[in-house]
Amino acid sequence: MNALRIALAELWGLFVEDATLTIGTLICVALAAFVIPRVGIGAQWRGPLFFLAIVVMLLENVYRGARRP
Amino acid sequence: MSLLHASTAFVAAFLASLVECVEALTIVLAVGATRGWRPALLGAAASAIFLVILVAIFGPALGRVPITTLQLIVGILLLLFGIRWLRKAILRAARVIATHDEAKIYAEETALMRSAGGASTRAHFDTIAFLACFKAVTLEGLEVSFTVIAIGAGGSLLVASLGAALAAVLVIMLGFVLHRPLSRVPENTLKFTVGIMLTAFGIFWIGEGLALPWPGEDLALLAMIALLLLFSALAVRIARSRARTTAPS
Repeated sequence: MNALRIALAELWGLFVEDATLTIGTLICVALAAFVIPRVGIGAQWRGPLFFLAIVVMLLENVYRGARRP
Repeated sequence: MSLLHASTAFVAAFLASLVECVEALTIVLAVGATRGWRPALLGAAASAIFLVILVAIFGPALGRVPITTLQLIVGILLLLFGIRWLRKAILRAARVIATHDEAKIYAEETALMRSAGGASTRAHFDTIAFLACFKAVTLEGLEVSFTVIAIGAGGSLLVASLGAALAAVLVIMLGFVLHRPLSRVPENTLKFTVGIMLTAFGIFWIGEGLALPWPGEDLALLAMIALLLLFSALAVRIARSRARTTAPS
């Protein structure tokens, strides 16, 4: 049981390290899935807009993560 | 699948696997040198068999998932996985967090194995050494398996597997020849590159899964890799400057 718990924790750690980064990424995916197609943005811009949202979220996360305590 | 897509998948799988194999090799070498090669190599071999069984069980099941659903799920996992690597590599390049040091990890693992007691004898099998190698190779191997399956989800599974296999063979051969950790491998540069490639693949697959059209189709992948490289270099500068201004005087 302990080994299973360790294995699951390791598996979780593969994808989640900084919770705000994970949540931010999932919010960007949700925006791409549910919001971007409904706000009248041209189809050819939807992909690049999603890419830009991820980049902005990453830059913001790095800026916050670089703050010395 | 275009040649561009296949070659990008090959390089991404090769580099990602190279990083993971180097990490696994460090542990196997540390355990083998301190506790004996038999249990260390048996642990690594048992783990390889375990991983093959896992992939053989779950691999074919993926073929039954509709392609757009698969692209979306794999894309989300790949993006979470890749962006985690990229963020860490950016913070390491900016010297905000410490870099991964194979020589230090080797020394720590060697000390741990020496203090553990119960080493191999003719009558007693060294379970600690076996399990240490089994665990290390399984954890790193799971990352390799996931990366290969995720990168290859769009029909380039064979080339991604070849890239990973080439990396594994290369690292194993170097391990046999050198008998010490590959501490001169520029691990953070590799992680930086792989993080960018996996993030780009993740975004691309999510777009495909959500039917978001990509300008230039497969070429968009290359454009995203180039842009991520530029933005990541910018992120390193931002992180470095931020760390400097917030450092306690």
